[in-house]
Amino acid sequence: MSVRTLPLLFLNLGGEMLYILDQRLRAQNIPGDKARKDEWTEVDRKRVLNDIIMTMFNRKFMEELFKPQELYSKKALRTIYDRLAHASIMRLNQASMDKLYDLMTMAFKYQVLLCPRPKDVLLVTFNHLDAIKGFIQDSPTILHQVDETFRQLTEVYGAISAGEFQLIRQTLLLFFQDLHIRVSIFLKDRVQNSNGRFVLPVSGPVPWGTEVPGLIRIRKPSDHPCLETVPRCHTLYFRMFNSKGEEVKKIEFKHGGNYVTAHKEGSFELYGDRVLKLGTNMYSVSRPVETHMSGASKNLASRTQESIAPNPLAKEELNFLARLMGGMEIKKPSGPEPGFRLNLFTTDEEEEHAALSRPEELSYEVINIQATQDQQQNEELARIMGELQITEQPRQSTTKGDDLLAMMDEL
Amino acid sequence: MVAADSEGPKDPGIRMFRRERSIPLQGSAAALCNNLSVLQLPARNLTLFGVVHGPSAQVLSAAPDGVPLAQRQLHVKEGAGVSAPHITQVHWCVLPFRVLLVLTSHRGIQMYESDGSIMVYWHALDSGDAPSVQAVFARGIAASGHFICVGTWSGRVLVFDIPAKGPNIVLSEELAGHQTPITDIATEPAQGQDGVADMVTADDSGSLCVWRSGPEFTLLTRIPGFGVPCSSVQLWQGIVAAGYGNGQVHLYEATTGTLNIQINAHARAICALNLAPEVGKLLSAAEDTFVHIWKLSRSPQNGCIEVEHCHSECVSDTQVCGAQFCDPSGSSFAVTGYDLTEILRFGSV
Repeated sequence: MSVRTLPLLFLNLGGEMLYILDQRLRAQNIPGDKARKDEWTEVDRKRVLNDIIMTMFNRKFMEELFKPQELYSKKALRTIYDRLAHASIMRLNQASMDKLYDLMTMAFKYQVLLCPRPKDVLLVTFNHLDAIKGFIQDSPTILHQVDETFRQLTEVYGAISAGEFQLIRQTLLLFFQDLHIRVSIFLKDRVQNSNGRFVLPVSGPVPWGTEVPGLIRIRKPSDHPCLETVPRCHTLYFRMFNSKGEEVKKIEFKHGGNYVTAHKEGSFELYGDRVLKLGTNMYSVSRPVETHMSGASKNLASRTQESIAPNPLAKEELNFLARLMGGMEIKKPSGPEPGFRLNLFTTDEEEEHAALSRPEELSYEVINIQATQDQQQNEELARIMGELQITEQPRQSTTKGDDLLAMMDEL
Repeated sequence: MVAADSEGPKDPGIRMFRRERSIPLQGSAAALCNNLSVLQLPARNLTLFGVVHGPSAQVLSAAPDGVPLAQRQLHVKEGAGVSAPHITQVHWCVLPFRVLLVLTSHRGIQMYESDGSIMVYWHALDSGDAPSVQAVFARGIAASGHFICVGTWSGRVLVFDIPAKGPNIVLSEELAGHQTPITDIATEPAQGQDGVADMVTADDSGSLCVWRSGPEFTLLTRIPGFGVPCSSVQLWQGIVAAGYGNGQVHLYEATTGTLNIQINAHARAICALNLAPEVGKLLSAAEDTFVHIWKLSRSPQNGCIEVEHCHSECVSDTQVCGAQFCDPSGSSFAVTGYDLTEILRFGSV
C-alpha cells in the first residue's frame, strides 16, 4: 500500500494522544500555590505537553518519519507512543497506556472514515497541528519545530494526486480494520453504534468538488452544455438529444440522502480556516475521557488467529522501528525528581481491573518479547530498545495524581 | 428530438429489492474498490464469491439461498518486505474454454483454477525504475477472448494469452495508454464484429482508454480525465459507464469517446459499478452507503444512450467497497462493506 502513510498516521495519533493527556492533566491539576510536591499543577501539565511535543517533532525523528516506508503493525506503532508518552515526567502504567492507545486509534479511525475526500485527511492533520501549536504557544523553539513539520507536510502532500490520496486513505483504513472498541464520548454523541461501528451520516454537506446527488445531465457532446430544468420528479426521465447533439436536458431523481452543497474548501495553508471539524479537540473537562471495551466482539476469532500466527517479518520491522526511534531524543529525568503517575481511569481500582480483564488478543506485549530476543543479536537495536524501558518509579514518594484522583471521585 | 418517454414506475422491468440471508466471512472486507467478485455457476446451482480481507482473500461458494458451502483463503506468494504484502483485487475471468481466478497484489499477479485450489501462473511485478515513493501493485482484471488483461501501478496493462488448458500462460503484450495507476478494466464480447470497441481501461487520473482486442490490441479512443480517479468502469453495447471519486457516473459512446450523460449519482466516491448484460441494468455503489440501480438502453429511433433510475438501497453505516449482480438479469445483487464480516445479499421482491 502507500509508502507515504506513516507521517499522517503518526502525527494524527500523536495529536489525539496530546488531547487526551491534556484533558486528563487539566482534570487532575490544582492551583500551583496549593499543590503539594507530589500533586499535578498547571506548570507540570505544560511541562509534560512541552516535553512530548518537543520529542514528537524532533527534526531527526521527523526526517526518518518522512522517508517513504510501509506502515508498522499496531503493536510496533504502540511502542513508539509508549516511549513518547514517557518523554516527560509523567508515567503511565500498562492499563492506562492501553486505554490511551485505544482512544487515540478509535478517534483517528473515525476521522479517516468520515473524511469527506481522501485528500481531507491532510486537513484533519492540520487541525491536529493547529491544536498542538496552541499547547505550546509560549515556546517559540517548539513552535518553530511544528511549523517545520507543517512545511514538510505541505511539500510532500501538496503535490500528490487524488488517486494517491485514495491509496493513502485505503492504507489507513486497512491499519484500523477490525478495531471496534467502543468509546463513551462517541456513544454519547451517537456517532458510534453499540457494536462499535461508526454511524455514517446520509445528510449534510457533500465533499468539496462533489455535486449534490440526484441530478442527471444529458450533455451536448462537444460544446458547453446549455441546460434546461424540468420539474422535480420521483423517477428520472429525459429526452435524448438528436444526432446533431442539439438537445440538452437536466433531470432529477430521488437519491435517498439529504445532502447540501459544500460552501467552502478548507484551507491547506499554514494559517487558515480548515472548515472541517474532524481532528479538532473533542475533549474538555466536562467531557472526560472514558472507554468501554467491546465485550463479545464478533471478530475475536480472527483477531486471536492473527496474534498467534508467528510473524516472520517482525524482526525486520523492529529494525526499521529502531532506525526510526533512533531519531527520537528523550530527555531522561535527572536528579531526584520523581516521575508523576497519570491514570487514564477514574480510579486506581478501575485501572487494575482493566489491566486484568483486558482480552488477551488486545494485548500489545508481543513486541516486547520479540525485542528481548533481538537484543542478543543486534546491539544498536538493544541500545534503543533499552532506552525504551521505563525506569521503575522511586517508591519513597506517593506519586502525584493519586490524591487528585481521590479528590475527583469525591466531587 | 425524440419524445418517447414512458412512465418509469409502471415499467415492469423496475422491481424493488429486499435483504436476504447474508453470507458470513472469516475476515472483514478491506476498503478497496471493486472488492467483490461473483461467479455464477447455474449448471451446478452455485454462486462463488471472492472478497479481499487485506493480506488474505477469501473465496467461498454458496447455495442459492445463501448458505455457504466451501471456502478457501488465498495469500500472496511470499517475498521480502517489512509488512505482509496486501492483495488489491480478486476477480474471476470467464474465458471461452475455462474460468480462472485472478488475484492481484503489491507483489504480482496470481492465476488460479476457478475454485482457487491450484495456482497455475505467477507473474512477479518488476518495480524496475519505480521511484521509492511509488507503491508498486497490480489492479484491474478482465478477460477478453482468450486473453486476461491486468492493470499495473505504472499505467501499463499486461495482456496474458491463456491456453485452453494447462499452465502455459504467456505475457503476449503490454499496453501503454495510461500514465497513472490502472484502477479497473471492463470488457464485453465483440460478437464477431470487426473494429468494435470491446475493452475499456481506467486510471487514477480519471482518464479512460478504449481498445479493440485481438492478436494485437488497438487503442481506439482516449477519454481525458479531470483529476478525479475513475474507480470502476463497465462496457455494455458500446456504452462506457465510468464511476468517479466525486460520486459521478458518466456514460460515454465507446467508439467516439463522447460524453453523453453525466449523473450526480452519489455523495461520496464510487467504489463499484456492475452490469447485468441481459437487461442492461447498471449498479453503482459508493462510500455514501448507497447502491443505485439504473437501466441503460439505446433509443430505438436514433440509437442514443438512455438511462433511467430504478432503485436505491441504503446500506446503513456501511462504507460499501464492492457490489455485484448475482445473475445476468440483474434480479439480485450482493454488497460488501469495509470492516464488515459478511456479504449482504439483496433479491427482487
